Amino acid sequence: MQVQVNGEHMELPGGATIATLIEHLTLAGKRVAVEVNEDIVPRSQHPSFTLSDGDRVEVVHAIGGG
Amino acid sequence: MTDTPEIQLPEDKPLEIAGKVYQSRLLVGTGKYHDLMETGHAIEASGAEIVTVAVRRTNLGQNPDEPNLLDVISPSTYTILPNTAGCYTAKDAVRTCKLARELLDGHDLVKLEVLGEHKTLYPNMPETLTAAEELIKDGFKVMVYCSDDPLLAMRLEEMGCVAIMPLGAPIGSGLGIQNRYNIRLIVENAKVPVLVDAGVGTASDATIAMELGCDGVLMNTAIAQARDPIKMANAMRLAIEAGREAYLAGRMPKKLYASASSPIDGTFF
Repeated sequence: MQVQVNGEHMELPGGATIATLIEHLTLAGKRVAVEVNEDIVPRSQHPSFTLSDGDRVEVVHAIGGG
Repeated sequence: MTDTPEIQLPEDKPLEIAGKVYQSRLLVGTGKYHDLMETGHAIEASGAEIVTVAVRRTNLGQNPDEPNLLDVISPSTYTILPNTAGCYTAKDAVRTCKLARELLDGHDLVKLEVLGEHKTLYPNMPETLTAAEELIKDGFKVMVYCSDDPLLAMRLEEMGCVAIMPLGAPIGSGLGIQNRYNIRLIVENAKVPVLVDAGVGTASDATIAMELGCDGVLMNTAIAQARDPIKMANAMRLAIEAGREAYLAGRMPKKLYASASSPIDGTFF
């Protein structure tokens, strides 16, 4: 299936969860927040939240800013 | 014997934001530094306890060992204040705050800023009011970047914002406090902390804000873009303390003409 992650198209196996995606992005254990189709998915739900074809995912972190 | 009028000095209340007391009245940003090491050292030198961060997309395919800002500025040491910089609509600002709360394990103190246009980064107040209302309803503690309009500042306080943060001058301009009378009016009316956010260029600007009775100052560029950021961070720490002390001491009245400091009596010429 195809999902959009941070504006980029990405091919993922069917049934992939957010935890799978984070692992795939080598971000496991990093402090990130995830939104799917503009709704927050709490960290506790990352292993159980299954992505669907066409989902728009945002993975964000904290950077320098005023 | 003559009655001397009792001098009313301002009360020295500690800085308390959303129920937490802070020793430092200097709040600093983490943008525009050369690297994370410089960021860390400058923030340490500033003595700040509240540190702002931005929320952005993670770089896909980044080096997994790349250090993260929150490894340097640890949420266990500092109060992290995520901002909504770059947001031009209430919707984007609310979305950013929700992501920040998730990122920081439910920490709900945010710096709301909704910008109007790119050139001045002046706050868009109608969108700011809309976003503030929605965020407060959702349980956020909102420190709000706003214009220096005393009526709008009061409105934001009535809505439940935990700190009012008028700009001294446009973000990153370093022009100093442009309308100190408005800042003064906002301070006089407010029961929540008032902090000048944006516009400070050098130490004397920060001192002026504090002499006006502000509860604190938030700055980023003035430190990060100084030729020696760590030295400037220290200067700002001292400037904030000096301004606060001067405010508490109560300055002498301004006079048009001179008034000799040395007595006339006892002159021998």
